[in-house]
Amino acid sequence: MSDSHELEHSIEAHTDELLPDPGLPEHHWRPTDVDPRAERRAERQVATFFGLSVLCTVLFVVFYVTLRTGINGQKIIGLGASNVALGLTLGGAFLFIGIGVIQWARKLMADVELVEERHPASSSAEDRSATLAALQAGLEESGIARRPLIRNTLIGSVGLLIAPAVVMLRDLGPLPGDKLKHTVWTKNMRVVRDVVGTPIRPSDLEIGDLVNAEPEIIFGTSDGQPLPEGQVLEGADLQVAKAKAATVLLRMDPADIVSDVTRNWSIDGIVAYSKICTHVGCPISLNERTTHHLLCPCHQSTFDLADSGKVIFGPAGRHLPQLPIGVDSEGYIVALSDYPEPVGPSFWERDTKSPSEIADEWSKENGQ
Amino acid sequence: MSVDTSKVATSNTSAATAKQPTRIGKITQWSDERLGLAAMGKKNLRKIFPDHWSFMLGEIALWSFVVLLITGVFLTLWFKPSMADVTYQGSYPNLRGIEMSQAYASSLDISFDVRGGLLLRQMHHWAAMLFIAAMMIHLLRVFFTGAHRKPRELNWVIGSLLLILGTLEGFTGYSLPDDLLSGTGVRAADGFIQAIPIVGTYIGFFLFGGEFPGDSIIPRLYTIHVLLIPGLLLALIAAHMLLLVYHKHTQWPGPGRKETNVVGYPMLPVYAAKAGGFFFITFGVTAVMGAVLSLNPVWKFGPYDPTKVTAGSQPDWYMGWPDGALRIMPGWESHFWGHTWSWNIFVPVILMPTLSWILLTILPFLEAWITGDKREHHLLQRPRNAPTRTAFMVSLMTWYAMFWLAGGNDLIAIKLHSSINNITYALRVLVFVGPAIAFFITRRWCIALQRHDNETLLHGYETGVIMRSPEGGYSEKHLAINEAKAYAITVRDRGPEGAGEDDGPTAKGKTTLRDRLRTLYYADDVQKPTVEELEEAHHHAEHEAHALAGIEGHAADGHQFDGHHLVEDENLRGDHQH
Repeated sequence: MSDSHELEHSIEAHTDELLPDPGLPEHHWRPTDVDPRAERRAERQVATFFGLSVLCTVLFVVFYVTLRTGINGQKIIGLGASNVALGLTLGGAFLFIGIGVIQWARKLMADVELVEERHPASSSAEDRSATLAALQAGLEESGIARRPLIRNTLIGSVGLLIAPAVVMLRDLGPLPGDKLKHTVWTKNMRVVRDVVGTPIRPSDLEIGDLVNAEPEIIFGTSDGQPLPEGQVLEGADLQVAKAKAATVLLRMDPADIVSDVTRNWSIDGIVAYSKICTHVGCPISLNERTTHHLLCPCHQSTFDLADSGKVIFGPAGRHLPQLPIGVDSEGYIVALSDYPEPVGPSFWERDTKSPSEIADEWSKENGQ
Repeated sequence: MSVDTSKVATSNTSAATAKQPTRIGKITQWSDERLGLAAMGKKNLRKIFPDHWSFMLGEIALWSFVVLLITGVFLTLWFKPSMADVTYQGSYPNLRGIEMSQAYASSLDISFDVRGGLLLRQMHHWAAMLFIAAMMIHLLRVFFTGAHRKPRELNWVIGSLLLILGTLEGFTGYSLPDDLLSGTGVRAADGFIQAIPIVGTYIGFFLFGGEFPGDSIIPRLYTIHVLLIPGLLLALIAAHMLLLVYHKHTQWPGPGRKETNVVGYPMLPVYAAKAGGFFFITFGVTAVMGAVLSLNPVWKFGPYDPTKVTAGSQPDWYMGWPDGALRIMPGWESHFWGHTWSWNIFVPVILMPTLSWILLTILPFLEAWITGDKREHHLLQRPRNAPTRTAFMVSLMTWYAMFWLAGGNDLIAIKLHSSINNITYALRVLVFVGPAIAFFITRRWCIALQRHDNETLLHGYETGVIMRSPEGGYSEKHLAINEAKAYAITVRDRGPEGAGEDDGPTAKGKTTLRDRLRTLYYADDVQKPTVEELEEAHHHAEHEAHALAGIEGHAADGHQFDGHHLVEDENLRGDHQH
C-alpha cells in the first residue's frame, strides 16, 4: 500500500492542538515490582482471598444442609437464617474471588500502559471498490436487474410468507364480539357479600356502610339454592365474571343524593356501583365516608357516588357505571338488570353516553 | 510493542521464554489446525482497553445480565407457569388451604420450601433492577462524554433497543408470580392495550386468550420472559460487544492519548483479570443484596383476585415514569359515533413512551444533523464542552424525574401530609417547566465551567497564597497548572467551524431550520484560547513570576503540596531525611 493510500485511509485528527503533546508520562515501578518482600506479600494476599472464598463455599454447603427454610426456620436479625446465611456465604465466595483476581491484576501483572494505533471504522478504498465490484458482478450474473419478472414474483412470494405467521396467531383468542359490554348480572339476581356469598337486606346497612359485593352466581347459587352442575362458573370463566361484576354497595342519607338517576336506581339511600375503575380497571376501594367519594388506589381517580359516579379528580375520563337495584320478595337486595353500560376501562368499540341518556334508554327497555 | 517486564512479577518470567513446545503451545497448535483461531488471537488477545472508572458502568449491566441468566435458569426448575387453580398446602401457614394459581403456589414453594429458593428469587429481582439502572447510567455516561458520535451511532441504537427490551423483560418477569400486586399490574396493562384505537380490543383478546384475566396470560408472558426477549437481549448484547471491540474503546484526551491511538492495558492478562474479576464482584454483591435486602415479598400480598387491590400499588421503579404520566394526565376521552378514544391512557402510556424512545434512539443522528459533524471521534468530550448537548440530556432526565415523582404522588402526599390534588396539579406544570429550568441552568453552568478552564489555562490556578506588595496592595499568587493537565484541557474542538463539512447557511443562501438550530446549539459556547492569547498570558505570567521571585521559597513555601504537583520526592522539612 502506497503512502497516499495510507493518508486517505486514516482517522482525521481534527483538533488544533494548542499546546505540544507532552507524550505519555513516564512509567513508575510499583513497590511489588522492585521489592521482593512486597511482591511476596501481594502474592500471599491474593491467595488468602481465594482461600476465604473456599471457606465461604464450604460454609454455604454446611448451611444448606443444616438450616431450615421457611416461616418456621431460624432467624438472624429478623430475617430467615437460611436465606441470610446462604446469601452471605455465596456472596463471599464470589466476592473474594473477584477481589483476589483484581488485586492480582493491580499488584502483580504488568502495569505498563501500551499504545495501539486506531484505524478508521471504514474499510480501505481498495477493499470498498473490490466489494462493490464483487457485488455488482454477482448481481449482474444473477441477472436480477434484467429479469424483473423473476425479481418481482420472488419478492411477492417471500413477502406473502408473513401471512401464515399472522394467520396462525388468529387462534390466540376469541374475537371480542360484545363480551366487554355485558357482565353476569341479570334481572333479579341477588347482590351478595363478596367473601362469604350471603345476601344482603337494606336494613343490614347503616348510613356510611360500604359493602364489597358480587352477583350470587359467582357462588354457584340462585336465590340461596345451589345451581345445577352445568351453570356453575369455574376456572377462567369465574375469574372473568368476577373481574367484571365486582360491585360496591354504599348507604348514604337519601337527602345527600344529587342526581335523579342515582336516586331512581337506589333504595333507601343504598346505591350500587361497579367496583372496576373506568380508567385502567383497578378495583376501587377507598371510601371517603363523609363525602361519598370513592378513590382508586392505583392512579387516584375519584368518583362521586351521590352524583352518578361523576369523576371529580384524577385521570379517569368517565363516570362509574351504576347498577339499578331493588328488593326481592324475601327482602334481599337484587339487581334490576345487568349494568346499563359496559364496566371497566375504555375500549375503542365502547358507545359512551351520559348517565341521563343511559337512564332514558334503560327506562324504555325495562318499561319503567 | 514490547513491554519492559524486567522487573514485573519475577515469578512470571520463567513461563514465557521456554523453547520446548509447551503445553499451551500444543493446545494452540491443536485448535489452530482445526479452527484457525491464531489469526484472530494475534489481533485480539493483547488488544488495548483504556482505563477509567466510568467505563465500568456498562460492565455492571453486562454482568448483571449474566447473573440474571444463571439465577433465572435455576428458578425455571421450580416455577410452574400455570394459572390452573390449586389449593395451597405448602409450609406458609397464613395461606394454607387457600385457592390460588399454580404460578403463585410455586412462587411460594420457591420462597419457603426450596432451600436457597428465596435467595435466588431476590437475587434475580435485584439483578434485574441493577441491569436496568446500570444500562441507564451507562447511557448517560456515553451521551455526556460524546461517545455516541460517529462511528458509534449504531451501537447507540443497539443500546437503546437493549434498554426497552430490558424494561419489557422486567415487566414480564415481575408479572409472573401472579400475586395481588403483579396481577394488578397485568390488569392495568390490559387497560393500556384496550386504549389503543381501533385494534386495542382485538390485541387484548388475542394476548389474554379472551377477556381479562383468562388462563393464558401467565404461560404466554413466561414464554416471552424466558425465551423470546432473553434471546433477543443475548444477540443484541453480543452485537454491542463485537462493535465495541471493532471500534476500540473511546478514551479521554491526555498526554499521548490521541484520536489516532488507544492507550491502556492489554486484554490479556490485565483487562481479562479486571473484567473477569468484576463479574465475581457483581455476582457477589447481588448475592449479598439477596441475602439481607428483602424484595417483593409475594406471600404478603396474597394470590391475585380481580376484585381486590392494595393501597400504594406501584410497579417496579423503571416502570414508574409512565405510571406517573398516567397519574397526572387529565381525564380526557373523546366519544364519537359510538366509539371511545381514551387520550388519558393512550397519551401517557402508549404515545409518550414510544416517542421518548424514538427520540432517544435518534439522538446521535439528530446531533450530527444539527452540527454537520461527519468526522470520526474516539476522544471523549467533557460534558462542559458540549453545553447544549449536556443541557438537553439533563432536561430529559428532569422530564423523566418529574414523571417518576408523579408515580409516587400518593406516597408523597402521605409522607408530606399534603393534598394529593395539589401535588398532582403541581407536577402537571413541573413536567414542562422543570426540564426548561434544568436546560437553562445546566447550559449556563457548562459555559461557566468552560470559562473557568480558560481562566486556569491562561492565568493558572489560585494557590491560596496572598502576597503583599511593598506598596501595601494584596494579590493572590497564581501558578501555572501542570503541562499534562493544560494539554488535556486544550484538546477540544473550536466551535461550529471546527465541526467539519459545513453545508449550512451560505450554501443555499437562506437560513433553514437546521441553520437556526446550529446557531442555537453553539450559542454562547466559550472557545479555548487562541495561540496569541496563550502567548500573551505566558508572557504576563513570566512577568509576575519575576516580580514575585524575591519571596519564592520563604513564607509561601509548601504550596507545592496543594494537590497540583507531584510531591513524591519532596520533603516538607528538608533536614528530615529517612
